[in-house]
Parts: sequence; structure tokens; C-alpha cells
Amino acid sequence: MTIEFDSNPKFADYAHPEVLVSTEWLAANLGREGLVVVESDEDVLLYETGHIATSVKIDWHTDLNDPVTRDYVSDEAFAQLLSSKGISRDTTVVLYGDKSNWWSSYALWVFKLFGHEDVRLLDGGRDKWIAEGRELTKEEPTITLADYPVVKRNDSQYRAFRDDILKHFGNPMIDVRSTEEYTGERTHMPAYPDEGALRGGHIPSAKSVPWSRAVGEDHAFKSRAELEAIYLGEAGLKPGDNVIAYCRIGERSSHTWFALNFLLGFTNVRNYDGSWTEWGSLVGVPIVKGIEPGVAPAVA
Amino acid sequence: MSTANNSIEELIEDFNAIGIKDRLSLLLEFSEKLPELPERYADHPDLLERVEECQSPVFLFVEVDASDKVHLFFTAPAEAPTTRGFASILQEALDGHSADEVLGVDDDFPSRIGLAEAVSPLRMRGMRAMLGRIKRQVREKRA
Repeated sequence: MTIEFDSNPKFADYAHPEVLVSTEWLAANLGREGLVVVESDEDVLLYETGHIATSVKIDWHTDLNDPVTRDYVSDEAFAQLLSSKGISRDTTVVLYGDKSNWWSSYALWVFKLFGHEDVRLLDGGRDKWIAEGRELTKEEPTITLADYPVVKRNDSQYRAFRDDILKHFGNPMIDVRSTEEYTGERTHMPAYPDEGALRGGHIPSAKSVPWSRAVGEDHAFKSRAELEAIYLGEAGLKPGDNVIAYCRIGERSSHTWFALNFLLGFTNVRNYDGSWTEWGSLVGVPIVKGIEPGVAPAVA
Repeated sequence: MSTANNSIEELIEDFNAIGIKDRLSLLLEFSEKLPELPERYADHPDLLERVEECQSPVFLFVEVDASDKVHLFFTAPAEAPTTRGFASILQEALDGHSADEVLGVDDDFPSRIGLAEAVSPLRMRGMRAMLGRIKRQVREKRA
């Protein structure tokens, strides 16, 4: 019972137009059987201040992360979560959120680790919906519980771990954090609590492309030609490249992963969710400071 | 009048008496009642200090008046209700108390509110950072 894709001409240029829906499409399809809309935000309370009618909330931290181990929830917990939100394995899920879909891209990436087939992103997210004067409601939807199967999470396709980085040198990496984080600068003043990594800088050879460059002022993704100018032109990626993206904990880089994978059609892109909070605290790994990417060490 | 520590203990009791979902609702209520900035700060954003540890832009300013009482001013956007809620709790707990009392409150009291389970321990860091900055400004203003 797949719901037809959005035939918006803007999306037709992308490698996978089926992963995006426009605000017009969502407004016209709200309430359809087989569709569940999910809001996922940086701010855990934003949904409660008003959300798109019928939408449910999934929080990146309290729902998708395991409370004890630094990892995503177990296969059983994911199945239970989705069942509780009325999502079945064949449900069309449309995700949207604040900050140009920063966190909802992260949720989408986790859905993909569990192999959920039909999960799409609302282009422009919550901000675009509101900017267009579309309605929000505080009413919580009545959820009919579903029966989501326990699926084994598959990390191999889209997720990179620290050991993968050490073997990856010589292939391109994209650091999607701000320039200050990339260069290793830090505003370090007495009595100011420090960030959660022991060292500043970036992984040698990683190119700096802050994640938000993929979206325009309306928070929607830039056109394919504009994205190619940034990632193929400036960052020098070539079709067929094996790419890893990272940030601080893997959230902003999910957004870049989405753009490279689904919009530009790279088939070998992984998100390193350990990211700087892991790499910047690891003993003995190479780090480069400053604006230059630096040279990749030889792979051991 | 109750002390800053009494206000804090009352807040901790209120939050811990209710379930996790209700704690989120209570935090939302706090966020909705965060007072607007007075004009003297609204017109001078340069006087406010940004709390870098919060992902959302939140700014604060502390005054210590002639009778050594602390007054707190915050601004954070409507799109950041959790941050506004944290600011509003600190405002309710600390505003109007003496500088000594404010400096004496437990640095870790945000961890005891019972919000960590509702919003995640990581997000609570932002509230502890605000408290740390408030205390630093109180010390500087009194010097």
C-alpha cells in the first residue's frame, strides 16, 4: 500500500526523488491511511508547543539512543517504539523537524539502519511549513498501535566506526561542523565549562563543508546543480567515491549523508556517528589543526 | 521569605512528584512564563552573555542590587522551549535572593530535578552551564 511519490519537478533532478515530499504534498496527503508523519527535533519540547496535525513525536535522544551503552536502541526496542507510534514495516513515514531537518535526518538515518523501506523527509522541515503559514496543532493524535517486526539492525551499509576511519585514509571524508570546530579554535575562558572532547581539530584529510550549506534560506535542499557545485566542485568528490561524513555526534552529518546518498546518488556513503566526541578523545589517533585538511596517514 | 535553597528543594519536590510525561508539561509551562527582557536589555543585546553550551541561542544577564539581591534576565527564542524552561526554573529559584544564597546553591541541583530521564542527561548540561555562568557573573558584579 505504498503511497504515490511527490512528482514535484524540483525533486526529479535528484538521484532518488522518492525520498522527499514538499509541504504542498504533505498538506494534501495528511490523514491518508498507511501514512505516519513523525516530528523529530533538537528541542525535546518543541512538538508539544504545536505540530503538524496527525504527527507523532520521536525524540533522537530519549527514543533512539540506548540509555546505557553509547549506541542506538536494540532491535527489540526499535520495534516496540515504532509499534507504539502506529508504524508498521510497510508504513510510509514522513519525517520533519526543526533546524532545516537536522535532527529528523538523523532519525531517518536510524530508520535506514533498521532497513525501513519507505521513509521520506519533508523538504524544508518545520521551518518551511511554518513560514508558509500552514497550521500547527497541540492536539495529540489517537494512535492505533501497530505491530512492527523485530528487525536486525544492519550497520554495515551506512554507518562507520572508528576502526573504519583508520582503514579509510586515502578516501574522501567530509567534516560538516562549523569552521571554528574544524580548525580546533576554542573560546576557552576561565569558569566556562568545556565541550565534550579532549582535543580540537579535525581528522587528517577531511574537507570542511558545514552541513547547512546543503540548504537554502527556506531550509529546503538546494538544487542538484547547486549541491554538485559544492560537493563535487569545491570538495572534490567524484562519482563512485567511498565517502565518510562526521560531525560531533553524527547528527549534522546525517543531513550531509542524506544529501550525498539520496540527492547526489553516491552509493557508498557512511556516517561516522562516534564523530568528534569520540575521535577528539581517542588516545593516539592523528589530528590536524587549522584550516588545511592535512595529509592522510598511510593505512596500517 | 524562603531561601534560594528552599525554593530549589520545592521545585525538586514538584518535579519528582509527577510522572515523566507530566514533567515535560511542567517544563513547558515554565518556558511559557519566562519573563520578557526589560527594555534596557532588549535594546542592548551586547550587554547579554551567550551561553555557548546550549545549542539554542540563550543569553543571560545578572544584576546585583544595592541590597545585595540578585536579579536575573534571560532571552531565548520561542523555538527553544526546553532552554526557555531551564532559564525560567533558574529565574524562579534564584531571582530576588541574596548573592550569598545564590552562590551557595548546589551546582548540581539541575541533576536532581528529575528532568534528566525526560529530556536526557546530555541536555541537562545546558542548565548546569547557565547556573555556572550566573554564579560567575554574581561574583564579578559584587567585586
